[in-house]
Amino acid sequence: MPAREKTQLLNAAQTGRTIERLAHEIVEKTGVKHGIALIGIRRRGVPLAQRLAGMVRAATGAEVPIGILDITLYRDDLSLVAAHPVVQSTDIPFSVDDRDLIVVDDVLFTGRTIRAAMNGLFDLGRPRRILLCVLVDRGHRELPIEATYVGRQVETRPEDVVEVNLKEIDGEDRVLLERAP
Amino acid sequence: MSFTFRHLLGTEALTRDEITFLLDQSRAFQGIQKQPLKKLATLRGKSVVLAFFETSTRTRISFGTAAARLGADTMNLQAESSSTQKGESLVDTARTLEAMKPDVIVIRHAASGAPHFVAERLGIPVINAGDGVHEHPSQGLLDALTISDRLGRMEGLNVTIVGDIRHSRVARSNIHVLTKFGCRITLSGPAMWLPQELAQIAPNIRLEPHLEEALDRAQVVMVLRVQTERLQEPALPADEYIRLYQMTPARLALARPDAVLMHPGPMIRGLEIDPAVADSPQSCVLEQVTNGVAVRMALLYLLTGGAPGSGATG
Repeated sequence: MPAREKTQLLNAAQTGRTIERLAHEIVEKTGVKHGIALIGIRRRGVPLAQRLAGMVRAATGAEVPIGILDITLYRDDLSLVAAHPVVQSTDIPFSVDDRDLIVVDDVLFTGRTIRAAMNGLFDLGRPRRILLCVLVDRGHRELPIEATYVGRQVETRPEDVVEVNLKEIDGEDRVLLERAP
Repeated sequence: MSFTFRHLLGTEALTRDEITFLLDQSRAFQGIQKQPLKKLATLRGKSVVLAFFETSTRTRISFGTAAARLGADTMNLQAESSSTQKGESLVDTARTLEAMKPDVIVIRHAASGAPHFVAERLGIPVINAGDGVHEHPSQGLLDALTISDRLGRMEGLNVTIVGDIRHSRVARSNIHVLTKFGCRITLSGPAMWLPQELAQIAPNIRLEPHLEEALDRAQVVMVLRVQTERLQEPALPADEYIRLYQMTPARLALARPDAVLMHPGPMIRGLEIDPAVADSPQSCVLEQVTNGVAVRMALLYLLTGGAPGSGATG
């Protein structure tokens, strides 16, 4: 099997600037008036949500609560996998009722993770709105789900792999595209 | 690590890492007990057989609640109403249940080793919900979770277990969990319920028939239910048991001030436990019940996901 070709879509500086731009769009378009909260999807949605919250705070002075969502129990493919994946805690230490929730994830692909995330959020209450912010939208949706805020739109084939690295988890910021041969 | 067990038959064969993993998984399910909507669809379409060949209310309801919260269906078999009363053998009953194609079978039986016997013969995961005087592993795990939540750790604690240790599968499962974390176990109760061989089942076990001595420096005090049918003259009349072994406020005061008081239930107030102790802030009896659902959700989740035939037997 020929080696997969990896290209860098965003370097560290570009990744940082993209996240910065997402934070500004959130402030401009959604605003903080209605009490927004950021919900990071494990795993790389969590540091992304933390950075966005810090940037929104810097721009507006508003404290933005951050929740952590583990979608494992809501996956639709559990009956297809050999062993059930490890479940991690969901930690959303505030009421989601009547709040604008911005779900944050690194890559938007089929949309199934976001479907699972929305099911998880509705088990916690009735949010006013759910918005979606992703660093990369790589297309190939299998569900009618679109992101409100997109850092970078990338043309891919379904077999390609988009890899997001973040300082907090991977030691550096960058986005790679691994082309299938 | 990941969970590779096909069955959960006891805590004796589990390693410390495996227990830690199971407790971590259970913690993920603790949050669901606090959600407004506690029902998940994770195990939708899966079915759980609750085969209770011995009466049980709380353990059966706890497993039933855990299955319901995961979206699984349950099928109940109770010994009173089953064909075991008509003389069917355990293996025939188990095979009949298996032929209904459940995904996991939870079994309680008066005979020690019955769940192992069934596990060896069926092609589906088996959870031991209490077998004779052998083990009750989910109780051992939920007690460990409760201790670690209350005290912030499980390592190196002084644990005193009081009552009918001889016939207690709860005590055995707890001993096998806690000694793996370096806990020092003191067993106390009437001599007839404290056979010497109990000291050999794990390291760091001490037998102390004098309850006051046994409670000294205890950080965890577990009071076991007295099965009244075992309290008979001339062995030990109930009033004598109460005089020597009832957990009273004065006795609990001999333990560490921050000691936690546990009871696997059902409690008989006024026999093995003074109501003032049962309702004291040190008591975590109700947390044990809540944690029981979380532990059993984790077990059902993990065991229904395993690939058939894989992994060892726990």
